[in-house]
Amino acid sequence: MTTEITQKDLIDFVYAEARMLDEQRFEDWLSLFTEDGYYWMPLAPGQDDPKLHTSLLYEDKLLLKIRVERLTGQRTFSQQPMSRSHHLLQLPTVESADPAAGVYTVRAAFHYVETRLDQQALYAGWSTHTLVEQDGQLKIRLKRVDLVNCDAAFGNIQLFM
Amino acid sequence: MSKYRGNPEAVRSLVRDLEVHKDVYVDPEVFDLEMEHLFANTWVYVGHASQVPNKGDYYTTTIGRESVVMVRHTDGSIKVLYNRCPHKGVKVAGGTCGNTGKFFRCPYHAWTFKTDGSLLSIPLKKGYENTGFEGCEGKNGMAVVPEVREYREFVFCKLNPGGISFEDFFGESLSTIDNMIDRSPEGRLEVAGGVLRYMHNCNWKMLVDNQTDTCHPMVAHESSAGTAVKVWNEAPEGTPKPMAVELFAPFMSPYEFFEGMGIRIWENGHGHTGVADSIHAAYSPVPGYWDQLVAAYGEERASKILGDTRHNTVYFPNIMIKGPIQTLRLFKPIAVDKTLVESWTFRLVGAPDMLLERTLMYNRLINAPTSVVGHDDLEMYERAQEGLKSRGMEWTNVARLFDPAEKDQKNVTTNGTNEWQMRNQFRAWARFMTESM
Repeated sequence: MTTEITQKDLIDFVYAEARMLDEQRFEDWLSLFTEDGYYWMPLAPGQDDPKLHTSLLYEDKLLLKIRVERLTGQRTFSQQPMSRSHHLLQLPTVESADPAAGVYTVRAAFHYVETRLDQQALYAGWSTHTLVEQDGQLKIRLKRVDLVNCDAAFGNIQLFM
Repeated sequence: MSKYRGNPEAVRSLVRDLEVHKDVYVDPEVFDLEMEHLFANTWVYVGHASQVPNKGDYYTTTIGRESVVMVRHTDGSIKVLYNRCPHKGVKVAGGTCGNTGKFFRCPYHAWTFKTDGSLLSIPLKKGYENTGFEGCEGKNGMAVVPEVREYREFVFCKLNPGGISFEDFFGESLSTIDNMIDRSPEGRLEVAGGVLRYMHNCNWKMLVDNQTDTCHPMVAHESSAGTAVKVWNEAPEGTPKPMAVELFAPFMSPYEFFEGMGIRIWENGHGHTGVADSIHAAYSPVPGYWDQLVAAYGEERASKILGDTRHNTVYFPNIMIKGPIQTLRLFKPIAVDKTLVESWTFRLVGAPDMLLERTLMYNRLINAPTSVVGHDDLEMYERAQEGLKSRGMEWTNVARLFDPAEKDQKNVTTNGTNEWQMRNQFRAWARFMTESM
């Protein structure tokens, strides 16, 4: 009983995911990942190795869960008050689709704003989602976020792009 | 009117036995004097020789506020030059690194310099004949940093000539660098894995103080390491402990652990935490590594090398090295309230890739601008930078476990929660700040 995944489904998924983050529905967001899913923010342009070259983030579901739980911790002082975020996405494009295997990649250019207290920072880049079909639902196996200035010196980046 | 310039007595009075004056962290004039004196009178880390393996390779960085370029000269030696053209002041070497061949060429007017800085040629040179140019400061080419020392591929320099020798400055503290290098079965390190760059809106010394501050992890990092332990405890029994948890969990060790691990105090502001034990002591063995070390050094020496699990070694003024995790953090002062933290990592040449993988995971979990541990710390530094502006109080406190007899001692070990190492740093600070005033 598989339903066909359309281009619109894939695009809507990426929009909905960004909205979840901006609405701080982090538990829901975590559930979008497969159990072996990863969130990756490379440190170098075009980086192809997440293990023998360091990254800003290369986190499995356990680490993402720690991150999400920490955000609301009573003694998480760097999130008192909490940061807020805003994603502005360009229309995502489906880069590849393999319905037989149930694997799709979708790319979206973005501007991302993260703000806390009186500070606001703007980041720009591209996200690439590797989405897989599991039990009739799309899940994230890999979300890769390439910042246009990934090798620049940043202050705190506390939420998710 | 200057409060501190030309007044070494006023500078010295900022450091008391038990207290340090807030101006050390917030006063722009003190910062300027640090750049002029402290960073010129001490041996400051430049870079690692593996960043410039071939002739003509260069790497640009800063010593205090000075732009310099470290370059592999045509004779194979490493030179450190002020990165400034004698003509119009343009930074001659561009970007972070590259290969310049046999000479540097200024991109503005094509003055060229050998890789030891000496002037090679000027276009239309005739225009300088009979002008008295040979009496000008710029006739010799790019200015050379006179004192450069390469210690087992770690390159340090001192901007002011004379003063304390490299050996006297570092004394026994070089043993941490030795241990990190000895962890390679080939006795060699290579810079690897990229550098994490993290901007901090705080004074550079807050980061240096923090490196041997063993009373903060279980408090400030309860949010990150504490949550990691909590989430891990919810995992089904029998789940193999992930590397990330192994790296996070020791931050939550109790006070007694940090007291027991000890601090070793060297002279001139150097010192390290983790003498008898450390948060890096209980990592899982990496398959194949032990056998490599035994083959290289024999069992007894290999065991000694791996048994030395020093936590944080501060090389005064502005680096920290973690031998067991092959990391070097460089605290680059930019302004009184702005510091660029660069976290560098090394490959143990010849060792399994897994060690580099662990080092890189540690680096991004702890030292990245996206690191939850980093967020915990930076929040405290930035609050301190704001809080210290208060006129309500003048002093910060470093009294913990002070003993008046400590002042003439060096190369000694003490309780791991002692603030002696911070006092050691500030005594060195007062000395090298005022040495050339």
